[in-house]
Amino acid sequence: MEFFKQFAVPNPTPTIYLSMVAIGLTLIAVLAGITYFKKWGYLWREWLTTVDHKRIGIMYLISALLMLFRGGVDALMMRAQTSRPGNELLSAAEYNEIFTTHGVVMIFFMAMAFITALMNFAVPLQIGARDVAYPRLNALSFWLYFMGAMLFNISFVIGGSPSSGWTSYFPLAGNQLSEHVGTNYYMIALQIAGLGTLITGINFIVTIFKMRAKGMTLMKMPLFTWSALITNLLIVFAFPVLTVALAMGTMDRLFGTHFFTIDNGGMAMLWANFFWVWGHPEVYILVLPAFGIYSEVISTFSKRNLYGYTSMVVAIVVISTLAFLVWVHHFFTMGQGAFVNSIFSITTMAIAIPTGIKIFNWLFTMWKGKIQFTVPMLYSIGFIPIFTIGGVTGVMLGIASADYQYHNTMFLVAHFHLVIIPGVVFAMIAGMTYWWPKMFGFMLNERIGRWAFWNIAIGTCLAFFPMFIAGLDGQARRMYTYSEVAGFGVWNLLSFFGGLGLAMGFILIVYNVYYSARYASRDIGDDPWDARTLEWATRTPVPEYNFAVEPEVNTREPFWDSKYEGEKLFKEKITDIHMPNNSGQPFIMSSFFFVLGFGLVFSLWLLVYIAAAGIAVLLFYRSFEKDDGRHIHEEDVRETEREMGGDTR
Amino acid sequence: MNIDHSKPLEYSTETNDLNIIGFWVFIGAEIALFATLFAAYFILEGRVADGPSAGHLFVISTLMIQTFVLLTSSFTIGLAVNAMRVGRKGATIGFLIITLILGLGFVGVEIYEFYEYVHEGLTLQTSAFSAALFTLLGTHGAHVSFGLFWGIAIIIQLAKRGFTPRTANKTFIFSLYWHFLDVVWIFIFSFVYLKGMM
Repeated sequence: MEFFKQFAVPNPTPTIYLSMVAIGLTLIAVLAGITYFKKWGYLWREWLTTVDHKRIGIMYLISALLMLFRGGVDALMMRAQTSRPGNELLSAAEYNEIFTTHGVVMIFFMAMAFITALMNFAVPLQIGARDVAYPRLNALSFWLYFMGAMLFNISFVIGGSPSSGWTSYFPLAGNQLSEHVGTNYYMIALQIAGLGTLITGINFIVTIFKMRAKGMTLMKMPLFTWSALITNLLIVFAFPVLTVALAMGTMDRLFGTHFFTIDNGGMAMLWANFFWVWGHPEVYILVLPAFGIYSEVISTFSKRNLYGYTSMVVAIVVISTLAFLVWVHHFFTMGQGAFVNSIFSITTMAIAIPTGIKIFNWLFTMWKGKIQFTVPMLYSIGFIPIFTIGGVTGVMLGIASADYQYHNTMFLVAHFHLVIIPGVVFAMIAGMTYWWPKMFGFMLNERIGRWAFWNIAIGTCLAFFPMFIAGLDGQARRMYTYSEVAGFGVWNLLSFFGGLGLAMGFILIVYNVYYSARYASRDIGDDPWDARTLEWATRTPVPEYNFAVEPEVNTREPFWDSKYEGEKLFKEKITDIHMPNNSGQPFIMSSFFFVLGFGLVFSLWLLVYIAAAGIAVLLFYRSFEKDDGRHIHEEDVRETEREMGGDTR
Repeated sequence: MNIDHSKPLEYSTETNDLNIIGFWVFIGAEIALFATLFAAYFILEGRVADGPSAGHLFVISTLMIQTFVLLTSSFTIGLAVNAMRVGRKGATIGFLIITLILGLGFVGVEIYEFYEYVHEGLTLQTSAFSAALFTLLGTHGAHVSFGLFWGIAIIIQLAKRGFTPRTANKTFIFSLYWHFLDVVWIFIFSFVYLKGMM
């Protein structure tokens, strides 16, 4: 019995017990369902072992949406708790856990997965490639992310969630002040998922540098591919910092080292610095692909080529450099002194310049364009004003002296949500809607999509604008309640309604998927949006080899020019196509990582040794494996192409 | 698989080319990793609490042995790649084995050194300095140790399969990895040991 006590949740409530039962029942239902419909073989062959970038993208997408709902429920609980003064829906301890998991889940497991989903699906198609550079590593990336996410999520019912904020500042996150295993989960789950992200970074850099279609020079790449390239460069140079910080935090907690402790020379500020040296580039890792999506969507639906392509590229590169030079602005109040603060204040404000250039370029692209108000375009247009408000308040926060007033208030919470929701979430929904027909062969319903958009856009404004006022009035963030005389009640109530609006919007998106899957037409052709880039030059849905013949390009918008200017994309004949084999190894290895992580969280060393040995054996096995892939024969390619659209080229 | 005979064997296929470039990018990530560890070490160097400091601990003899052994191993793995370029399988494997023995020697001396530190009263838990030192040296040492196993796997494959685009590619990438660890050691030598002893 003693052994099982460590797995108990530290402050159990009926909600948690209820979730345990719900998770258990769902798990049984899913397993039973798969068995009943005899889908185990299908699941293993087509999904768990796949190395196809399109399927991996779709799995990322599904995981991201699931995590969006997990994080969204956390958000609603927080808004409900603070909706009126002195509310007792949640205890202080529960509230701490919920704002922590909300942040972690949304950043690491929702936003990161969402951008990776769209990069996986769209980038190889946009550059005319058949897959990424390392298909099997790509599968490993996904499964490491997935296992990291699952490990983090079970903390809720086994051992307790972390509760020291998504930034997990020491000494609060140390053993003395965070006794239960929650923070171990944080350190180790993020380490596993982060490893997956790093591998993605390397994979996509090589893919984009080496696998572009003939004739596609760097300055002819679509903007989304450009943003993906820069994002992955940021990943490769920023994530190792997080790796080190997490490893040190883990050692402090498990082995009693003194990196971030108060005694024996430890330095808690070192964590804060490392965290944000990774954390600020992370903001751009998320937002740059979003900018890329907006560039594609705005240009497609304005029926114009993108205004200021070169300045867009330069702006992305400048932003990515500045990203490493601003991290101190996250803790101006934590003792650097005026000189250091001034420097970081200036670098911070400098970021507004390239970002401003991008905003104007999008506006000029729409200028005199024939704008079509499709759902992706609505999100892109909605993004501009809301993001600008978020960005301008960011410049306010960037003024170090003024930041002493705003720091750790709801003003800050309003600022970063108004940047990250239009900047990332809007873009992800826009991108998902835009590429949906390529992924699944039908379009999402426009009418339901518009309803969802208006709910989300208005919900965002209603949820976060009042926080500016509450914050300026002095409401601190991360406080589970406040007294009536403080006068914050009305603003928080408005926020709660905004939160409900957002929830309604997301429910409508899910309903839209269901509705469109049932009723939408499957006869949409290969290019339903009349788009401009290469991904639309292939079939819908995309065959596993992507392009029967590798395209050759001469211009920035090769597909548009092939439709209207008579450029020829496919010049060669169909030949045998070389494809990689499926493999179960990424899934199995990541499962070992899950066991390893679980063992580390609870210091169950036997489990750790077994899992580590399993990983080592798989590495050796992989080293000795002979796998040169397989060929799809010319006749089969012709057959597939004929079935999908006649023209066999 | 299209083999381009105008290039060295390790670059001769498209996959090989991709693998080598990918590994360079990976080394970029490793540089960021070690840079962070160095930064942590520099910041925590003076925070020795009640434990011994760098000046008390570092001994010139083990340091010189480690440095000599590791730098020599970098030379021998260069010879291994050279032998591979001229197609001499026996020499390649021989030089790889010498490289790994030198690597093993390095790891052995490092373990002995750690053992001595513990005797001097410096454990992982002593101070912020000890944690940063052991983590930096340990991460490098763990990389070398991992390299030993990796190297063995490659030697077996070379012995069994001879020079193919695959095995040549692996040998070459392994040599990049090994040289990189050498470069990191030069930084550790200069900025940890020499700085600590001055």
